Amino acid sequence: MAEEIQKFQVSIDGISVEVDAGTTILNAARQIGGDIVPPAMCYYSKLEGSGGKCRTCLVKVTKGSEKDPRPMPKLVASCRTTVMDGMEVQNITSPDVVDARKSVVEMLLINHPLDCPVCDQAGECKLQDLGYEHGSENTRYDFPRRTFERIDIGDKIQLHMNRCILCYRCVYVANQLTDTREHGILYRGDHAEISTFIENALDNDYIGNVIDVCPVGALTDKTFRFKNRVWFTKPVNAHRDCPSCSGKVTLWYKGADVLRVTARKDEYDEVEEFICNTCRFDKKETADWTLEDPTKISQESVIASNHYSQFQPPAVIAENTPLKEANWEQLARTEKLK
Amino acid sequence: MGRKLLLTHIDVPGIQSYSVYKAQGGYRSVDKALKSMSPDDVVEEVKKSGLRGRGGAGFPTGMKWSFLAKPEGVPRYLVCNADESEPGTFKDRYLMTHIPHALIEGMIVSSYALGAHTSFIYVRGEMMPQIRILEKAIAEAKAAGYLGKNILGSGYDLELYVQPGGGAYICGEETALLESLEGKRGNPRIKPPFPAIAGLYGCPTVVNNVESIAATVPIINDGGEEYAKIGIERSTGTKLISAGGNLAKPGVYEIELGLPVEEFIYSDEYCGGIANGKKLKAVVAGGSSVPILPANLITKTIKGDPRLMTYESLADGGFQSGTMMGSGGFIAFDEDQCIVRNTWNFTRFYRHESCGQCSPCREGTGWMEKVLYNIEHGRGTMNDIDLLWDIQRKIEGNTICPLGDAAAWPVAAAIRHFRDEFEWHINHGQEAQSRNYGLAHYADPLEVVTES
Repeated sequence: MAEEIQKFQVSIDGISVEVDAGTTILNAARQIGGDIVPPAMCYYSKLEGSGGKCRTCLVKVTKGSEKDPRPMPKLVASCRTTVMDGMEVQNITSPDVVDARKSVVEMLLINHPLDCPVCDQAGECKLQDLGYEHGSENTRYDFPRRTFERIDIGDKIQLHMNRCILCYRCVYVANQLTDTREHGILYRGDHAEISTFIENALDNDYIGNVIDVCPVGALTDKTFRFKNRVWFTKPVNAHRDCPSCSGKVTLWYKGADVLRVTARKDEYDEVEEFICNTCRFDKKETADWTLEDPTKISQESVIASNHYSQFQPPAVIAENTPLKEANWEQLARTEKLK
Repeated sequence: MGRKLLLTHIDVPGIQSYSVYKAQGGYRSVDKALKSMSPDDVVEEVKKSGLRGRGGAGFPTGMKWSFLAKPEGVPRYLVCNADESEPGTFKDRYLMTHIPHALIEGMIVSSYALGAHTSFIYVRGEMMPQIRILEKAIAEAKAAGYLGKNILGSGYDLELYVQPGGGAYICGEETALLESLEGKRGNPRIKPPFPAIAGLYGCPTVVNNVESIAATVPIINDGGEEYAKIGIERSTGTKLISAGGNLAKPGVYEIELGLPVEEFIYSDEYCGGIANGKKLKAVVAGGSSVPILPANLITKTIKGDPRLMTYESLADGGFQSGTMMGSGGFIAFDEDQCIVRNTWNFTRFYRHESCGQCSPCREGTGWMEKVLYNIEHGRGTMNDIDLLWDIQRKIEGNTICPLGDAAAWPVAAAIRHFRDEFEWHINHGQEAQSRNYGLAHYADPLEVVTES
């Protein structure tokens, strides 16, 4: 018989959930689901060591645990803080958290070029979502934004450092795929940039996954760049017998053409399984694939526009008056989308 | 005349060398600890001494040592943080240059207390002369049998290594230091786990400042209780203060904690007053990260008591009217200095040294620097002051490591106490390019605030 895993009771915005010991607050919140899930730009559950950097997932711990009920002195990064038994966490019910998150979004955007109209990521960009849901409408930053030259890392991937938010996800992907360090951060502070080792090309078989993990348009697929807007394409799940990866992908169709192939993503925009470069870059014929069904796209995504189905408020807050009140601003926005 | 513990023999010619240091009573503490004390006894003495970390945070050293996890079969490490790069602080460099053996001796005693068999001194890369001095001192100590296998026949082994850093301020943060020591990019780690549980190479590690480690020598020599008699309340012992700025006699001074700030500035034994007969305008009491205070608040607390050089007294009044002991980088500004320019300069430093890992600090430090640049160069607007206040508020407390706080505090304090000067800079943009605001009312005695 397997050893029983210890269970911890934790409450997030007043909603209790029982999770395994060692779960992070963010993952506990994801088990509850709905609007109380803190946004995460740098954390990626499939990448060991990721998280803690972007600070968008900050939450307030009002009660440390049953044994030690003292609150934590500062806001903590929910993606890297593990739960304790009896912990009480405030996310959207705490004005401090909402305020801190707003400021993090502002900081992330001050040097972002905001070139969404010409960015391939537009429509599936986490920074767009974040700015829309948690940001303010105008900017207080009137200095020139920092700029970099675009560079090609490998023949299929382009790095557009202007857009980068330095989440380090691609660094973790590259590190965890190979034994050698060939991809990392150069320089410090606000002039830090992602780069390969003295402009080496990245030619690992799985390196295309850096495109999928990138939350913004900093790493783009050169076989798809400027081909189309994502919201004009139709995602379809498909698979093939691939000798190196699972072969489970999403094909993005425009008419009868496959414009791009990506890994399948879950509701938090994390890939289910990493796919190889052959699947991603070279198999762009319907004949290469066995089609499954249309990919489910979140109601709130622009890719789901023109899909005529009824809007449903997120399950958790639907019947919870305090949460509805705490979240009225966001609800009003979602209502508008109906 | 205040007692000196660390710098007692600083004027003895040749104290850098092993033979002179030994002749002055050096390495007594190693003999005493290894021959007559158990490691736990040493920890107990340090606890009794009430020694607090001299690197900036002021956390009790003995308590830090007792938190060290001691799992079987896993090595433990002691790392000495000699990555001193705080603007205004230069005490560790002075200590390492002139009495390197005090640090080596402290390292042996501390490593013995913690059960570490390999210890590192992480020295900032720019300090190449000090690195050579330390390496020479280690070789001398090794030749004398104080390092290596079976030290003094006690069966205790210790190897000591000097590791040059790359010259990054952030590598003075303990987890960034450990990353750098492991050969990685010096980004601070996310805590927990704390280094006491998983530090260098995932093993339990203690990171201490140079001065804290050197201070264990007099503690073991004279006993913790004797050490605790110096100082006031929870601020025990002596502290090295790096006095800089517009002082008549800047330099490194060893003071007994509890010395009044006024005496430290004006007494001939210490700084000897302000240079060139000018008047004191402001003081940064503990290195660039701590809040700056105007002259009237540095000599007296808001309650009207004289301010003393102790952890508690300097922090009296919180950030509203107090500051912090920090690392002891005491910078005095005379009436001719411009606080706006100084704040801009500090911000420039933090912008340059932010590691770029977490967003509020990476973007916020750059933003503050740009806003302050505009104000200093006569292109600011009144909104900029509120904007600065808002940016610093949003950096503070929202970052992985304390560099974000360290970048936010000087700006916050400058605006809190010198708002007039900022406003004058903005309203008289042209004039501010050719002359400074001057002393204004910053030295006028304040009305005593009593608690109602």
